[in-house]
Amino acid sequence: MAFTANLQNKKENQAIKGWGELLSGPFALLGRTVIDWVNHLGAASIFLFFALLQIFRRKQFYKIIEQIYFVGARSLSIIMLVSLFTGMVLGLQSHHALVQFGAEGAVGSLVSLSLIMELGPVLTAIMITARAGSAITAEVGILRISEQIDALQTMRINPMRYLISPRITAAIISFPLLTAVFDLVGIFGGYVSAVLLLGLNSGAYWHSIQVYVTIGDIVDGFIKAGVFAVIVATVCCYQGYFAHMRKDSHGAQAVGLATTSAVVLSCILILVSDYVVTSLLI
Amino acid sequence: MDTPLIEFQNVTKRFGSNTVLEGVNLMIFEGQVTTIIGLSGSGKSVLLKHIIGLMEPDEGVILFRGEPITGIKKSEMAESFAGISYMFQGNALFDSLTVYDNVALPLRETTRLKKAEIHKRVMARIEQTELTEAVYQYPSQLSGGMQKRVALARALITDPQIVLFDEPTTGQDPVRKNAILSMIAQYQRKLNFTAILVSHEIPDVYFISNRILALYDRRIVFQGTPEDLESFDHPFMDEVINSLEILQKELTGLHSQRQFKMLNYARMNRQATGEYCVLFFSLGEMNTIISRIGHDAAQRALRNLEQAIEKHFGMIGGFSTRRQTNEFVTMLPFANLAETEEILKRFVRDFKEQTLGMMKDQACSLASDESFQMTITAGVAEGQGDSDLNAVVALAKSNQKEIARLSCAAGE
Repeated sequence: MAFTANLQNKKENQAIKGWGELLSGPFALLGRTVIDWVNHLGAASIFLFFALLQIFRRKQFYKIIEQIYFVGARSLSIIMLVSLFTGMVLGLQSHHALVQFGAEGAVGSLVSLSLIMELGPVLTAIMITARAGSAITAEVGILRISEQIDALQTMRINPMRYLISPRITAAIISFPLLTAVFDLVGIFGGYVSAVLLLGLNSGAYWHSIQVYVTIGDIVDGFIKAGVFAVIVATVCCYQGYFAHMRKDSHGAQAVGLATTSAVVLSCILILVSDYVVTSLLI
Repeated sequence: MDTPLIEFQNVTKRFGSNTVLEGVNLMIFEGQVTTIIGLSGSGKSVLLKHIIGLMEPDEGVILFRGEPITGIKKSEMAESFAGISYMFQGNALFDSLTVYDNVALPLRETTRLKKAEIHKRVMARIEQTELTEAVYQYPSQLSGGMQKRVALARALITDPQIVLFDEPTTGQDPVRKNAILSMIAQYQRKLNFTAILVSHEIPDVYFISNRILALYDRRIVFQGTPEDLESFDHPFMDEVINSLEILQKELTGLHSQRQFKMLNYARMNRQATGEYCVLFFSLGEMNTIISRIGHDAAQRALRNLEQAIEKHFGMIGGFSTRRQTNEFVTMLPFANLAETEEILKRFVRDFKEQTLGMMKDQACSLASDESFQMTITAGVAEGQGDSDLNAVVALAKSNQKEIARLSCAAGE
């Protein structure tokens, strides 16, 4: 009798436990995810801090120049191509909309302010993420899984100094410069479509830019470019550097997934931080 | 006893629920070659990574010159680790750098040496490791053996006090394996560093090791000299050493020294009385040969001699072993001195006809600068029944006379 009662109690307890797990499961998953994110955020911040500490060490200058060439100079052609067509589309669309209100004279300011404050920094950052950021993650990831980073440590070469710091510094220098190029070529693209193709008065185009664009707008654009540079370089280097610690994969597959994560995460963080920085600057 | 350079006290390491090292105790002494032997996946590389600080133990203490590593100040630690080099199992060469840049990297990044001085040191190491032709090639353009030598050159470029070699001969053919071990031994004598090897090359690794550490079932079950290991009675010997020795026998045809002794016991049981003979062969002046034609060619010459001995004496019931890098011992059971001397004469004739010419072609093509000679000597001694084998071998060694000579003239 007592045995039957115990069995009944045990079954009831198990049923309660099952329901409890079912109800608390989503919250536990959410909690684990949040804790995981906070952990990564903390680790990435420390990672960035240690990389920045190494910037002014001996023999860093040439490595930084080398990385500026890779991140910056070699991204120039793709940036110019994208910015030209972005400017042309902006010129076309804005002329088409403003001409209905007889306000086509504002095309120049609309194109230039859109580019300088928003599209220039954001699209430049996304393009560099796709071209250079993914390459950085893959390169650092391969160095990690093939024990080359361990080899650096055994040779008493600080991997943060040798590999990470030059890449982050190069990104911080390159992003604003490439954004400036993007803005200039984009404004020229707007001029091509609005003035040369749609017949807007050339003087009106340049005059509206001169009147409405202030130095503050340009500085805001560069601040965004700087923020994006830090985010993209840190995320891409961090994902590659810790590719071996991924829980979902190992070896070459881990490097592939780290590269995908780096690009996706960088793009999301660019857009999120764009909103945050814009709201702070306005 | 001296304070060990490195000492593990009850070191345990786990990866999740998998315990790789459990209560490991070991001692490594300064200026010696210590080899860690164990099955694949037994935790040898993990053990090495603890020594260099790439991993930390979950439990236990690692002492460096008697002081716990965790207690050493960061600056002193950096100084201590400044003299340690590590040669990775997979080489860990930078594939985007040339051979020259790979070897020069530690000097460029960790010293303030001038460019000319770095160039001088790098080229010296590259020449010593016979990589002159590959100096501006990338690792992916090199063979596995050459990549190993680049890793070796990089490990030695800073003149380290301690060098850790993680399976330095993996994936190499028997000649190349011995060439790499010979290179390690030569540099160890020359630079007097403490070498810690993980290797499976039994018995070749015994010839260059002062101490052997046996890792078995997550623990160090043996620490001692290669000679002590021969009389070590433990399942490790059956599972690890025997299987490796059988593999070595299949590859080279020679028996290990332990197998040689066991065959001698078997002979003694069959032949309690009556004579037997021991022949002792050696290839003289190994260091001179290596300096003239390099490690690879020197090992090829030894291999030719080894094969000739095994082929000739194996056919008539003899069994052979390698004693040192350049010394071979053959036993002829049931043969007396007169018979053995006759057999040796026939061996010398066959050796000169079939092997010496080939050895000369291989060696002389590499010795362009100076003329040099290789001398092969042999000695015979007779033993009776259960007489001490070591004494007979020593007598055969002392009875050695020149049986063949190979001369290469300059520019030949």
